[in-house]
Amino acid sequence: MLLRHTTDKVVERKALTVNPAKTCQPVGAMYAALGVHGCLPHSHGSQGCCSYHRSALTRHYKDPIMASTSSFTEGSSVFGGQANLLQGLNNIFKIYEPDIVAVHSTCLSETIGDDLGQIVKKAFDDGKVPEGKHVIYAPTPSYVGSHVTGYANMLEGIVKYFPESTDNLINQVNLLAGWVEPSDMRELKRIMKEMKVANVLLPDTSDVVDTPMTGKYEMYPKGGTTIPEMVSMGDSKHTLAIGSYATTLAAKNIDNKCKVPYTVEDLPIGLKATDRFIATLAKIAGVTVPESISDERGRLVDLITDMHQYFYGKRVALFGDPDQLVPLTEFLLDLDMKPVYVVSGTPGKEFQTKMKEVYGDRCPEAIVKNGPQADIFYLHQLIKREGVDLLIGNTYGKYIARDENLPFVRYGFPIVDRIGHSYFPSLGYTGGLRLLEKILGALMDHQDATCSEIKLELVM
Amino acid sequence: MVKKKDFSKGLPDPSKLMDEILAKYPTKIAKKRQKALVPNDPSEDQEIQANVRTIPGIITQRGCTYAGCKGVVLGPTRDIINLVHGPIGCSFYAWLTRRNQTDAPEGEENFIMYSFSTDMQDENIVFGGEAKLKEAVREAYQIFNPKAIGIFSTCPVGLIGDDVHSVSREMKAELGINIFGFSCEGYRGVSQSAGHHIANNGVFTNVVGLNDRPRTGKFQINLLGEYNIGGDAFELERLFEEAGIELLSTFSGNSTIKSMEYSHTADLNLVMCHRSINYIAEMMEEKYGIPWFKVSFISAEGTAKALRKTAEFFGDAELTAKVEEIIAREMVKVKEVAARVKPKTEGKTAMMFVGGSRAHHYQDLFNELGVTTVSAGYEFAHRDDYEGRKVIPNIKIDADTRNIEDLTIEKTDRPELWREDMVAKKAELEAKGFEFSDYLGMMPEMDKNALVIDDVNHWETEKLIEFYQPDIFCAGIKEKYVVQKLGVPLKQLHSYDYGGPYAGFEGAINFYLEMERMLGTNIWKLVDAPWKAEPEIVGSFAIN
Repeated sequence: MLLRHTTDKVVERKALTVNPAKTCQPVGAMYAALGVHGCLPHSHGSQGCCSYHRSALTRHYKDPIMASTSSFTEGSSVFGGQANLLQGLNNIFKIYEPDIVAVHSTCLSETIGDDLGQIVKKAFDDGKVPEGKHVIYAPTPSYVGSHVTGYANMLEGIVKYFPESTDNLINQVNLLAGWVEPSDMRELKRIMKEMKVANVLLPDTSDVVDTPMTGKYEMYPKGGTTIPEMVSMGDSKHTLAIGSYATTLAAKNIDNKCKVPYTVEDLPIGLKATDRFIATLAKIAGVTVPESISDERGRLVDLITDMHQYFYGKRVALFGDPDQLVPLTEFLLDLDMKPVYVVSGTPGKEFQTKMKEVYGDRCPEAIVKNGPQADIFYLHQLIKREGVDLLIGNTYGKYIARDENLPFVRYGFPIVDRIGHSYFPSLGYTGGLRLLEKILGALMDHQDATCSEIKLELVM
Repeated sequence: MVKKKDFSKGLPDPSKLMDEILAKYPTKIAKKRQKALVPNDPSEDQEIQANVRTIPGIITQRGCTYAGCKGVVLGPTRDIINLVHGPIGCSFYAWLTRRNQTDAPEGEENFIMYSFSTDMQDENIVFGGEAKLKEAVREAYQIFNPKAIGIFSTCPVGLIGDDVHSVSREMKAELGINIFGFSCEGYRGVSQSAGHHIANNGVFTNVVGLNDRPRTGKFQINLLGEYNIGGDAFELERLFEEAGIELLSTFSGNSTIKSMEYSHTADLNLVMCHRSINYIAEMMEEKYGIPWFKVSFISAEGTAKALRKTAEFFGDAELTAKVEEIIAREMVKVKEVAARVKPKTEGKTAMMFVGGSRAHHYQDLFNELGVTTVSAGYEFAHRDDYEGRKVIPNIKIDADTRNIEDLTIEKTDRPELWREDMVAKKAELEAKGFEFSDYLGMMPEMDKNALVIDDVNHWETEKLIEFYQPDIFCAGIKEKYVVQKLGVPLKQLHSYDYGGPYAGFEGAINFYLEMERMLGTNIWKLVDAPWKAEPEIVGSFAIN
């Protein structure tokens, strides 16, 4: 047994986290900043943070992930990191020539009280930032929230800086994307095109972390939201923010600064959440939903009705991030599956409230836990207590799946042992098809591999 | 695809490349980096700058002190709960990512698959985290019943004044198991290297010597600085077992804390990764009189040499005969594969920038395939790893080094543990020219004009590839896809790209076959789309 010390005896814990279902803020900030064109993320702390975050993202995307660090030593930790960041910015602009540097803090720089705003201002005042170049920043203390919080904070940092309102409104929608894959960003842009809605997608990691092999290395690939696009967001008609944990802060900020009203929706994962996304988009943009989108929806519903017998009543355990878990749980419930255990390390009451809405009176036996000690160890203990038919979560779930002989669908961050998330979206109706293909594939492969020879079915 | 350069008549003078690299830097940075770039001349004593601070803003390969302590040295040991005191990220990122395999018999403890953290929150930062740490230790003890718990400090811990050592002592008294702390905050040193030293100190102080187990074997050794990436340790264990050499403990691949407790009863320490573990070797010699020498089990010749030297140390005819029998048998297999692979790899070029020993060790494997190392360097080594231990007395002790405690070790006051027999054996062998306690470093073994670079960074990597157009580049995960986008295959020498083992005879064969794949494949020729080579056609069938 891999996890041989995990038993069904759940002991209440107040201090110890075992096998976390979250990680820390800066990695989210780094990922969000990569979705800006010509931007180099910068980690203001020890160089280990930057190294770990780059490694984590690289393993997930199997593509270059570039970021720099302030490389704190004992001295900077005692006297403050201002000198390191000033020198760092000077070096970065000279050596790596980005258009934008996106600085995020770490637990170290936050604990010693470094004020990023003040240091960045000093960098501009001291002429460390060349003419026409930009430095944005976001505080991302690792001891608050999770990686999702870091993503939200950096997204806010970006919109604090760039969007400007002029008197000329632009007939476009700001689409603020929660933490999704480059394939999903690409899919969002396709849907917007299909819906004929002019828009600015922020951030946009497609063509940044899923770059083609060309024999050339571009430190700043062609993808990412551009500066003129971000500036224009202040004149947009509306902001549609998808994934409330990741995007609400930024949506509010654009509204406060530039008076662009906003609507927050769930990430369009599965049927109903995509319905809401499409309906809201149609409403705020004043467009009718084209036939092609209705067809996409129809294909998803067709698959559900075709394969309902394989979903019905299956008990599912899930772990991941709130913005994904809420619509995903809703989707599973709509398939007549039973999401019995849902765990997220990301704290916040909003998750529980939304999950209550999503469940209604369905699956009353469900256990939903988030925040402190809501970890994968706990989830495994629940599974030990009463088993499930399917596990959905990031790569770390494979240890449980193997021990418990469970069908396993990889979903979330990080996925470091399979490919696909960079290329094939899970958002929208088409993404829903892929999710169901993966779920059915896992369930049916398991059935094929474990049923008796007599019961092996040719047609399923 | 750029035409490969011909280095068959020797490596080119890299001065022009160095000038181009330095020209990009602000003056002060150029001055600093200049000392870390040395065109090798094995006929001279050359000095390289190493183990100094990374320049802020530079995209470095390096990690932090915590990574060296928890991740590298203690991470592979399976029967200890490694509790990380800090915000969640540090424990998360070090969770299974280093591929330390372990073979725990059914029913025995194995915590490798688990990540333990106090997940510090803002209130712990403001009001202190010691209470939460104590509670976490109690909970870990209650749920998992381990025999040992190690507590690892992350950046905020030292700054807010949490004392992991006093908490450890208190909890040790309360729970009656071995609990010890490491002040391995990420910022403590200039790289992972500081963490290695801190881990060595902690393990030596709190673990080594706790169990004076009676001898179980005729020839008892420890293997230091072997971390069982991809199963390397398993291959070496196989060889030792067959030879009749009792491997008491490995620091720390496939290891247990239990075995480290009696590691001081060994006759000899073999040191693999000099950088990360030489401290324990030195301390064991000072306290118990156990001699050590440097070995490398990376490459078939290196493995044979290490086994022979070990047999020579013990001076036992039966052992020597057995070792020769093993070498002869294994070398037949090795040579068979080498003979098939070498014609495909001979004359190719490699560069490697990794670790504190690997950039040296792997040159031996490449040599066996006729591959020339054109440029190499370490990520976190010290001058002695480049120039040899003879330079240690001349290394300037700067503030960052002074920051890491150098333990003063005294000879054990228990005469039965002091290995006078081994001290005498060492003296006797030394008189015959047998080398102990030494490491000659990487540079003397590299070709003239090979460019040696310490703490290489992203800009330098790009320039190196442009200049040398190597056939293969060896580094880590952060560099992998950058280099490959340039059309040069990258072999990860931290994680082995999820392959291995590469140690010992079987490992050498695996590596040869891996190089046959990587250096022989045609996939890189697929990169250019066929229409790129053709003149643009002004189309008449285009649909608009």
